[in-house]
Amino acid sequence: MKLPVNLSIARVHLLSRKKQTLIATLGVTFGIAMFIFMISFMTGVNNVISDILLSVTPDIHFYNDVKTDYGNSVTSQYFREDDGKWIIVRHPRPRAILLNLKNAPGIVAGMRRMPGVAVVSPLISVQVLFNYGPVQLGVIADGVDIREEDRLFGLTAKMVNGRPEDLLTTANGILIGRKLAAKLNVVTGDLVTATASSGAQMRFRVAGIFEFGLSQVDEGKVYVSLQDLQQLLGKDRDYITDMRIKLKDNQQAHSLAQMLARKYGYRADDWETTNASIKAGNRIRNTLTYVVSFTMLVVAGFGIYNIMNMVILGKMKDIAILKAQGFDRRDVTTIFLSQSLVTGVTGGLAGLLLGFLLSYGLSTLPFPHDDFMLIKTYPVTFETRHYLLGAGFGLLTTLAAGWLPARRAAKVDPVAILRA
Amino acid sequence: MRIMATEVLKAEKLVKVFTGAARQQVLYDVSLSVDRGQFVTIMGKSGCGKSTLLYLLSTLDTDYEGKVTIMGREVTGLDEEELAKFRCEHIGFVFQFHYLLPEFTALENVMLPALKLGRWDRADVERRAMDKLRQMEMDGFARQPSGKLSGGQQQRVAIARALINEPDLILADEPTGNLDSANTEKVIGIFRELAQQGNTIIVVTHDRDLAERADRIVELADGKIVG
Repeated sequence: MKLPVNLSIARVHLLSRKKQTLIATLGVTFGIAMFIFMISFMTGVNNVISDILLSVTPDIHFYNDVKTDYGNSVTSQYFREDDGKWIIVRHPRPRAILLNLKNAPGIVAGMRRMPGVAVVSPLISVQVLFNYGPVQLGVIADGVDIREEDRLFGLTAKMVNGRPEDLLTTANGILIGRKLAAKLNVVTGDLVTATASSGAQMRFRVAGIFEFGLSQVDEGKVYVSLQDLQQLLGKDRDYITDMRIKLKDNQQAHSLAQMLARKYGYRADDWETTNASIKAGNRIRNTLTYVVSFTMLVVAGFGIYNIMNMVILGKMKDIAILKAQGFDRRDVTTIFLSQSLVTGVTGGLAGLLLGFLLSYGLSTLPFPHDDFMLIKTYPVTFETRHYLLGAGFGLLTTLAAGWLPARRAAKVDPVAILRA
Repeated sequence: MRIMATEVLKAEKLVKVFTGAARQQVLYDVSLSVDRGQFVTIMGKSGCGKSTLLYLLSTLDTDYEGKVTIMGREVTGLDEEELAKFRCEHIGFVFQFHYLLPEFTALENVMLPALKLGRWDRADVERRAMDKLRQMEMDGFARQPSGKLSGGQQQRVAIARALINEPDLILADEPTGNLDSANTEKVIGIFRELAQQGNTIIVVTHDRDLAERADRIVELADGKIVG
């Protein structure tokens, strides 16, 4: 191999201290490997958590957010209010108001005409109780048009037993979560009794069992038809409390939600607002990953810095002699910086490979079975971006770690060394 | 003998002051002229400033007053990079402690300055380096790591290294200072031979034997030329 003279000197130096070179290289290797491993795993975890939570969150949730208006009170009808007279009402009670969305069919039709809106699912969402012996289980009952809900959340794929359409063909049908079914000890075809807050009761026949992989849903939610729930609540056919909207592009959710809220005067939450905790969690995990990885890379950098510094201390005479023979600062910098870079690049490439192997190993490891999550193995992502980032980080660290000792070497005054 | 003596080195009124903890002047208005083909030794007691003078002449030390001209080029005031290039082309060094790079073979040590200079291709450089080693009777050790050679052998390799770029000026700082008498004799012989071949040589030494073989002896005492 015919290298330029500076690089061939660097090569001889590196090979003449194989052990130190290896240790410095391994430092970088482990740093990068851990970076790749951690970020792949963390991203995997973030994705799984987001997927699961978003699988039960509509892009936009549109509902009547009851705001209690204490601005005017019936008391003013009884006490004539004029200048100089204050009426103070302690513990005011709100008026009985309807929680429904007025002109729901009109709103639904309007939304469906909007570009960007893929699915609109009108529904009633109320708290009901299921009795199981002495135990009462509070559950959210969603009265839905099951076809729309299926298009919204892909229910079909989440059915453990039965199909979503069975809700339509079963009289007083109900779809319940897997965990709730287990708690109530029911299977498809069994009857369950739901009690509304008004005390009204209704018997439903289990038409299917679903599993979202999120326990709060699997044990806290049931689907019935819109009409059955309206009947249980004693409401008319236009009684709708919520709408769930799926968009063609969920990144538009925020702006569209604001628009809907303005247009119809009801509250519209986009998925990002609803799931602010996911975003916070993702951010925390990412920060942690970067901090830990960065620390490890810095430690690896210090390893290189240390070794190069020691090497240069031991090579003061060599540097002086090279300078006396006509090697200038740039040559000396090249000789020593290239040693750090070779260490960094070799260690970095090995680290990327090791990181990939570790990630791959983890991705094949079975995840301890838990009812909470629906994953079979540890979640790991494989993104080119992470590998490029790792390589960039590694290169930058070694450059920084190698630069200082190399510059120190370049500054060596040959006279001081040779005369000593 | 020489009809037209070309001046290789000219030093004018060199003043060197060490400014450390205590200010100390070591050279007082030293002027010196060396012609092509001359073998000059600079002698004096230790501490008289002879090594200091050599390092000024070598362009390695740039912190002085006065003017140094080598091969008609004024080197005083050139920047580090230019000086490095200049040294590579025009000056060959031999030190008291041979200073070979221990990880490299004898041959590689000799080749390095020429590879840096880049005047010849690698094969050519290797051939030239072997020639120089042969001249020093060191060709049999060319492939040995320089760290494994004896002191005398290393010094001969170092001289070969100093010669590789066909320098106009060879500078040596106590080249025999660290050698036994047999090797000293050999090295003195080599310098004599180099001088006869027309090389311009300046040697700093306190070895009488070596000095007496030179064309000219410059005596230095307390930072002044006295003879």
